[in-house]
Amino acid sequence: MEWVGSPKINQLWWDSSLWGRELKLNTCERSHLYCARVKISLTAVYSGTVRTYQDNMQFMLLFSRQGKLRLQKWYVALSDTQKKKISREVIQMVLARKPKMCSFLEWRDLKIVYKRYASLYFCCAVEDQENELITLEIIHRYVELLDKYFGSVCELDIIFNFEKAYYILDEFILGGEAQETSKKIVLKAIEQADMLQEEAEAPRSVLEEIGLT
Amino acid sequence: MSPSVCLQEMIRVIRGARTQGEERGVIQRECAAIRAQFRQADSGGRSHNLAKLLYVHMLGYPAHFGQMECVRLIASSKYSEKRIGYLGAMMLLDEKQDASLLITNSIKNDLSHSSQHVQSLALCTLACMGSAEMCRDLAPEIERLLKASNSYIKKKAALCAVHIVRKIPELGEMFTPSAHSLLSEKNHGVLHGAVILITELCERNPDNLKQFRKSVPELVQIMKNLVTSGYSPEHNVAGISDPFLQVRILRLLRILGRNNDAASDAMNDLLAQVATNTDSSKTAGSAVLYETVLTIMDIRSESGLRVLAVNILGRFLLNNDRNIRYISMTSLQKIVQTDHTAVQRHRGTIVDCLKDQDASVKRRALELSLALVSAANIRSMMKELLLFLSTCPPELRSHAASGIFNAAGGDVRDETVPNLIQLITAASELHCYTVHKLYRALISDIVQQSLVQVACWCIGEYGDLLLKGECEEITPMQVTEDDVLDALETVLQSHMSTPTSRGFALTAIMKLSTRITNNVDRIRSVVSIYGSCIDVELQQRAVEYNALFKKYDHMRYFTMSYCTVILEFGCRSRLSLVLGY
Repeated sequence: MEWVGSPKINQLWWDSSLWGRELKLNTCERSHLYCARVKISLTAVYSGTVRTYQDNMQFMLLFSRQGKLRLQKWYVALSDTQKKKISREVIQMVLARKPKMCSFLEWRDLKIVYKRYASLYFCCAVEDQENELITLEIIHRYVELLDKYFGSVCELDIIFNFEKAYYILDEFILGGEAQETSKKIVLKAIEQADMLQEEAEAPRSVLEEIGLT
Repeated sequence: MSPSVCLQEMIRVIRGARTQGEERGVIQRECAAIRAQFRQADSGGRSHNLAKLLYVHMLGYPAHFGQMECVRLIASSKYSEKRIGYLGAMMLLDEKQDASLLITNSIKNDLSHSSQHVQSLALCTLACMGSAEMCRDLAPEIERLLKASNSYIKKKAALCAVHIVRKIPELGEMFTPSAHSLLSEKNHGVLHGAVILITELCERNPDNLKQFRKSVPELVQIMKNLVTSGYSPEHNVAGISDPFLQVRILRLLRILGRNNDAASDAMNDLLAQVATNTDSSKTAGSAVLYETVLTIMDIRSESGLRVLAVNILGRFLLNNDRNIRYISMTSLQKIVQTDHTAVQRHRGTIVDCLKDQDASVKRRALELSLALVSAANIRSMMKELLLFLSTCPPELRSHAASGIFNAAGGDVRDETVPNLIQLITAASELHCYTVHKLYRALISDIVQQSLVQVACWCIGEYGDLLLKGECEEITPMQVTEDDVLDALETVLQSHMSTPTSRGFALTAIMKLSTRITNNVDRIRSVVSIYGSCIDVELQQRAVEYNALFKKYDHMRYFTMSYCTVILEFGCRSRLSLVLGY
């Protein structure tokens, strides 16, 4: 938890060039001011350009129709309790949507972009300025990658091989942004990494079999 | 169950648990076994145990005892252990944990590892959860990797640099030269990362803007190649060549062209080309078209191009796909102030969207409709908006109501006032909010007669809510009885008030006599003064109210109490007189 009295925030408060500017504080949890986790999004004016500093994709959640979380990737630093609370809220909101509704929800100061594939909901939270349609494409690309990797992917694949789902995600999205736009290259990289992993694991198990370890 | 059961077996057992209690029991046993394994100096199944722990963590159970194991596994020389170790670090450690600093050294070593896959793990982890201190430590390494020969690493290093710049903007200077040279790469992944990095640098520092404006021709050329190139199987999505990269470049062009004529001129042709040639039958094409429209509207584009952009948005409005309708309204909202007439042309479609089933679409349509209300279309718009107010979902009601009040201003026909009052009566949960808002409107300005009439009626009817001073939706003002009576008397006495408004005010004052406690005498005196008023209507009312005070005091409460039912406004009857019309 970051204390509001911490040096970083104090510095911002006392920086006179910021006085009179719009200083927006996002509290991720409603707590007392002295122990709130404060993520400062600063609106500073640089000779005409105004910009709020916020990360791009904040998190991605995969969950079933019963609300069970199958994957959660967070690109912002939050405590476990905060993550749980946010997940619960977002999951409830998305599950309450009817089938033909549009894929975009406004929640706090973020946009939630979600799409349902078979029994799984894929849900991203992006900042307000983001192009929602391309986020839908990013979700779709991830599903395609999973599909190619697992061969006609289903929810059970993601449950029993959750770490592989993460590896694939990490090969496609880095720090909240898409890192590679070619499906082929992403899949090839995963294949190579998997081979490396097999090589690393193989000798050990052979030795164990013989009983030399 | 033996402690070395594999991951998949454990998942199977957990899923087989029939109750929450059973599941908890299984997990507790597993965690105990895993903890014991972690304590052992060297065990073969370390990565499997951590994987099991991560699964348990995803179910929502505590797993902090695995943090040190992550640190240990990251430092291992085996790729399989590093891989799960880094995953664990991203899931269990975040920049707030002290243990996260311990992996800085491992990351630093792995960034110069001989295997690119190990380097990739380190880069991914840094970009995902790197704290400011870690970023500061490792920035020089990242800068070095940006110049490395391998495109696989370069693209990841670029996004790592983006993360670093977001955490510590001052370090942006370090990456500016490399970012520039990355634009000449052919690899799409690297280009994509480079464009994001340049976007981030430009948004943080205007000096970078000036520098990177020189790259506009280069960016335009890259974009042209993408748009005019033939079918490329590797990057093709629904007929569009690499829509992700196209969208990114368009966004960067938007930032570079903003407030700058030269840059905007340089990209004019390209934007026209993309806007006319992109096939928007699938989402990928629509995404590119959408970004193009946003860019056109934000830079100093020619008027012809702007018209083209608004027309595209208009086309989107008619699309069957709800998503497309939603985003078109979002963009129209951004330009409704600057290109008002252009957006007005689509008013009909927008108003139709008020009736859409989807709450998100409704909300967008409401915002846009309120922005489109003008003197010319006030009557039809009001009709639509009032209809909307009666059927809209509760979370939008207060917003819709306040929007209508503001728009109603002075241009409304007389029927709107009773209609609005009827609606307000129906929305009982809104009474408090409504009366506060209207009171505020009344004390600031009494020129707009319809607003004054509605405000007086509401204050008379819900004056007690106003005086109580509690309101959920907005921070309430502290209003005293004297304040309220002052406001109503101002309406009565002002020469700007029409006779109708005066009538409303007088009745409101009378109604308050049953809702307030201290100032009944003041009310009595006001009412008796108007008993000799020149205005016949007002005089009649005042005389009647006087009579209520004197001879029929026992009936005063009955006649002045809350109206839960509003009758149809046909002819003026005695009852409607009592109710305030």
